[in-house]
Amino acid sequence: MKKIISFVVGDIIRNRIVLAYTAVLLLFSLGLFSLEPHPEKALLSLMNIVLVFVPLASIVFSTIHYYNSAEFMELVLAQPVARSRVLLVEFAGIALALALAFLIGVGLPVLWYEASARGVLLVLGGVMATVVFVALAFLGAVSFRDKAQGIGAALILWFFFALVFDALLLLVLYNFSEYPLERAVLILTMLNPIDIARMMIITRMDTAALMGHSGAVFREFLAGGWGWIAAWMALLAWGGLPLAGAVRIFSRKDL
Amino acid sequence: MKKNSSLRIPFHYIGKMLTAALLVFLQPVFTFAISHVVCPSCPLSSIKEAVETAEEGDTVIIEEGVYEEHGIAINKRLHLTGRGRAVVDGRDQGEILSVFASGSTVRGLTFRNVGVSYIEDPAAIRLVRCEGCLVADNTLEDTFFGIYLQQSEDCMVRNNRITGRAKEEASSGNAIHIWKGERIRVEGNYASGHRDGIYFEFVDDSEIRGNVSEGNLRYGLHFMFSNRDVYENNVFRDNGAGVAVMFSRQISMLRNTFEYNWGGASYGILLKEISDGEMAYNTFRENTKGIYAEGANRLHIHHNEFLRNGWALDVKGNCLDNRFEYNNFIANTFELTTNSKYNLNTYSNNYWSKYRGADLNRDGIGDVPYRPASLHALIIGKVPAASVLLHSFFMEALDYAERLLPSLIPEQLVDEKPLMKPVRNDTH
Repeated sequence: MKKIISFVVGDIIRNRIVLAYTAVLLLFSLGLFSLEPHPEKALLSLMNIVLVFVPLASIVFSTIHYYNSAEFMELVLAQPVARSRVLLVEFAGIALALALAFLIGVGLPVLWYEASARGVLLVLGGVMATVVFVALAFLGAVSFRDKAQGIGAALILWFFFALVFDALLLLVLYNFSEYPLERAVLILTMLNPIDIARMMIITRMDTAALMGHSGAVFREFLAGGWGWIAAWMALLAWGGLPLAGAVRIFSRKDL
Repeated sequence: MKKNSSLRIPFHYIGKMLTAALLVFLQPVFTFAISHVVCPSCPLSSIKEAVETAEEGDTVIIEEGVYEEHGIAINKRLHLTGRGRAVVDGRDQGEILSVFASGSTVRGLTFRNVGVSYIEDPAAIRLVRCEGCLVADNTLEDTFFGIYLQQSEDCMVRNNRITGRAKEEASSGNAIHIWKGERIRVEGNYASGHRDGIYFEFVDDSEIRGNVSEGNLRYGLHFMFSNRDVYENNVFRDNGAGVAVMFSRQISMLRNTFEYNWGGASYGILLKEISDGEMAYNTFRENTKGIYAEGANRLHIHHNEFLRNGWALDVKGNCLDNRFEYNNFIANTFELTTNSKYNLNTYSNNYWSKYRGADLNRDGIGDVPYRPASLHALIIGKVPAASVLLHSFFMEALDYAERLLPSLIPEQLVDEKPLMKPVRNDTH
């Protein structure tokens, strides 16, 4: 068990793409903080990177890595090890490595320039986004044998959560604007991990703009208490459920 | 002809100077008038009694102590002065001090516990038809209305500290309430915990300077039907609805700070039916809306600083011929929103921190015009729940596309000369 973990983590940490990913994130964050005279604005721009670029990188890298290590996994499975354990170790390795890359690339600059509650929240949100999208990548990858199909599925998933979901949400908002939508919208946003993370961050960051009636409802829900816990639970579920699904499929699958 | 008009004599200034001169020059004469000392252990232990026995022009000195009195009426010119901590406690019985005589002064006293009455609107100090009165250096605690001026002229309200514990808008009074007046000066006061901090209705040619109004339930400054007034160097902070300036003409609003006015109907400043004014060198910091303008015409709004507001400007379609120049818009969530497809105002030479254009000829002005109106702000105006999409990738992309090819935001709403760097305002 320990041996497999050390194999996986050792393999990924030496991976050049992960190193490049770390460097790019570091460049982004340092660049934003040193160019932007207002740290709040830098944080806001960084949030867009964290919530768009990080999921994309995580889901694509994990998918490719899964297919590339398929043979390794088959080899390991020839030993008396449970399938679920092998997949979980693989997941843990990738998620750990990418989370570490994110913590170095974004976490350190944020803590250096803006070590406030919202800065910490941004970093936490980014780590959660990484974990969730690695889990989604695994669900996609175990479902398709073909690598091209798997990467396609990963891209579609990312595209859906990053862009299409919000477009649909706006459509719903426009068509049902006569109704008090705030609660319904809150429930709908729980269906998108990126939106959950975004709402959790902006309720702490952009308080002045969230002062209208709707904004007040969102803030009240997310700024503390049960809503806050519910949002975290939803985010954890977004990591846990796809992973559980992936394990289930992987255990029954004909390799 | 031209020369003549420039030499026109400002009569109200002369009137003001004459009043001031009279007060200064006649002061030595009054010192021959008698001083009456009131203290708890003196033969004169009641302010009311002292006021009744005093003659025109006398001074009543109130020594340290607590005086449980209300309904003190001054019908002749008197000078009330507190020494040490002289407290007049109304014990919630009603109005404490009413001044009906011109030229009177009230200074250095502490007033508390006026009590509430919706029929009489009792105040700690009320000036009725006074001219040249002075209310200065007083402390007011838990007074329903604090200082109430009605039909008075050339009066000064200076350096008073007025605090209350108002809980509901309907059952509270205003800290400084001026109803009908001319040439009133309100300077260096502190007002908090009331319905409105400073209330002006039908007050012309007056000045409001250096006051701090914060934590009031409704407005920090409530300003209506008042013309040719100046307010300068005031701080309006964390009031229920910010500041409202309505139905007025020729108002100068300079170097004020409007900050932390948060709420669904809360504005740094609400401009409604106001025209021909100037608004310059003000700072708007972290308000839900910096300026909300409805029916505002011919205002010159320049050199203001808008920092981290939800909406820096909300300019409704019925505003016209306003000029927005040399303002700094920095890190606001939305820079501008409107409810009209047309733009009848001028925006030029402002600094917009969201502007992304280049300046190839290095003249400090961006090469591409800037459209400050945001599509998302427009959508939120129609569907408030759309604020859930704040800063989402999709919304930012849509906003960007809309700025390139406007179809929903007003096409003519353009700053043709966006500045590349913030304007340096030396006043800060």
